[in-house]
Amino acid sequence: MTERTATIASSHGLHARPASLFTQAVAKSGVKVNLTKAEGKPVNAASILGIISLGIQSGDTVTLSAEGDNAETVLDELAAMLERDLDAE
Amino acid sequence: MRSDAVQTSVQTAATTSERVTVLTGAGIGRGLAVGPVLRMPEPLPEPESTPSRLTPAAELERASAALGATAADIRARGERAGGAAHDVLEAQAFMAEDPTLADDVEVRVGGGLTAERAVFEAFAGFRDLLVSMGGYMAERATDLNDVSQRVVAHLQGVAAPGIPDPDFAFVLVASDLAPADTALLDLDKVLALVTSEGGPTSHTAILARDKAIVAVVGAAGSLQLSDGETVIVDASTGTVTASPSEDEVSAAEATLAERKARPVAPTGAGRLADGTLIPLLANLGSADAAADAVAKGAEGVGLFRTEFLFLDATSAPTVEAQQEQYTKLLAAFGGKKVVVRALDAGADKPLSFLNDSDEENPALGLRGLRALRANEQVLRDQLTALANAAAVTEADLWVMAPMVSTVEETRYFTSLGRELGLNTLGVMVEVPSAALLADRILADADFASIGTNDLTQYTLAADRLLGSVAAFQDPWHPAVLRLVGEVGRAGVALGKPVGVCGEAAADPLLAVVLTGLGVTSLSMSPAALADVRAELALYTLEQAQTFAGLALAANSAFEARAAVLEATTAPSAP
Repeated sequence: MTERTATIASSHGLHARPASLFTQAVAKSGVKVNLTKAEGKPVNAASILGIISLGIQSGDTVTLSAEGDNAETVLDELAAMLERDLDAE
Repeated sequence: MRSDAVQTSVQTAATTSERVTVLTGAGIGRGLAVGPVLRMPEPLPEPESTPSRLTPAAELERASAALGATAADIRARGERAGGAAHDVLEAQAFMAEDPTLADDVEVRVGGGLTAERAVFEAFAGFRDLLVSMGGYMAERATDLNDVSQRVVAHLQGVAAPGIPDPDFAFVLVASDLAPADTALLDLDKVLALVTSEGGPTSHTAILARDKAIVAVVGAAGSLQLSDGETVIVDASTGTVTASPSEDEVSAAEATLAERKARPVAPTGAGRLADGTLIPLLANLGSADAAADAVAKGAEGVGLFRTEFLFLDATSAPTVEAQQEQYTKLLAAFGGKKVVVRALDAGADKPLSFLNDSDEENPALGLRGLRALRANEQVLRDQLTALANAAAVTEADLWVMAPMVSTVEETRYFTSLGRELGLNTLGVMVEVPSAALLADRILADADFASIGTNDLTQYTLAADRLLGSVAAFQDPWHPAVLRLVGEVGRAGVALGKPVGVCGEAAADPLLAVVLTGLGVTSLSMSPAALADVRAELALYTLEQAQTFAGLALAANSAFEARAAVLEATTAPSAP
């Protein structure tokens, strides 16, 4: 199990558009990734509804986890994505 | 009690051989359109929770196929729409394909539900969760509802709800339109809008005025029109003629051709028939729209909303950043009058850095000038930026405070503005108390500007954002007009200008009545300027005063409008 933590940089948190960009990136990676906010229940990171329902705000810290060979690379990329302001892109 | 604002009548008149049905409502603007009706599909009923007669595996297959097909359909619409709508629709497509939702649906069909019911319940679960989160997330609940309805429609083999999207131009008929519907409206295909509900300040009416779409709102009986039936929509009379005769259609088409050929609406200073000047100004929300307003004949700006500078901000922008925007605006109107409204936060446009408390009645809460006063530095910075911008440009800058309700608030604002170097300071009259004490408020303020939307909301105690009380939201109501008259009279007595910058100013006939009540300038969406300018030119100030007297003497908005309409068509009128 590989894990990464990231601090959300998007100014309005992970709402519709940033959440959509993020979940698309997860789906494209082909790796099953879970996302956990604080001590909460892990959700499927490719699920826009799962992500939106966590109500993740700008500045929140989340944990990404995955298994498998290229989990390291994929999680690095996804964590870096969360740390950019997706609203500004 | 039947509400007067949407009081309408269905008349049937016998012509040579067929019956012609004429529906009446409130016309927006002066436009005319002829075309086939397409009705907005009704929302689907909630799927029954009766147990499925199929196996869970079969229901799951149906659900998966419908979710996939809906996602593909939404995605295709997004690609056609492009722009901002594309992103919204792309996000909706992902909601339909969502793995968490699919898991949820699988559990529910496993419990014996039909695919329809399982999809409905799964989306409803997420929707309730978003609603409970409040704010921005709660607004996304509408998107989820829309996707849910589309999937259920697909499963049931019925038309998906939402704006029809045929390959021909049509007249859209609906009970009322939500902002989410209108965002996707293809203006090249919609010839006219007809709604059975909603008044002249409904979202549909505001959109129609802004985009210059022919519209008749609150036309009871319009939902009885059938798809494909030809109608003539005449906003100038507020009528929708169903199944018109060939003669009527060709007459309407001839009028349309004639209007198209006519040179662009009169320009120059807004004036009544006797030469009384009534400056016609633009309502603007950003400096970028200035050039368009000038092209449409705006003589200046009567309401510049500054919220756009603040809406996406988590803290107020700096004096320098604001100054740059204000300078751009003032430069576009060199030498002309520009009325800027200080930041108007609260109620329908909350700003967390001004007021993040959860109010039971935000329209009656810490909003407008009250919120600025509680955060005086924000107000000081804004007024300073405005004074700096005025110093480097030629425009005649007037600054006004939103939501003023007392004489004391007026004094607070005008003295702060003068201290920071501004010359012309006024107040918005949106609260009945300010209208009633206008003689004292105008003794201190340099001008008043009446915001008829809020003034109507507060006078009739009807939330302007609430569809169920939309019928009360009619600025023709004699109670509202009497308050406007109070402000007009105080203005005349003290020699101070009184403007109107609400939707009322954009209703050509009501604009004439307002001038009769003592209003000296009118500000509106630039698209409405031409119609109002043309209407004002038809009547003298004395006639406008007569019309105002008729409207004030009426018992309801409907009667007021009818009385004035009748007077304009009477032989004594030109």
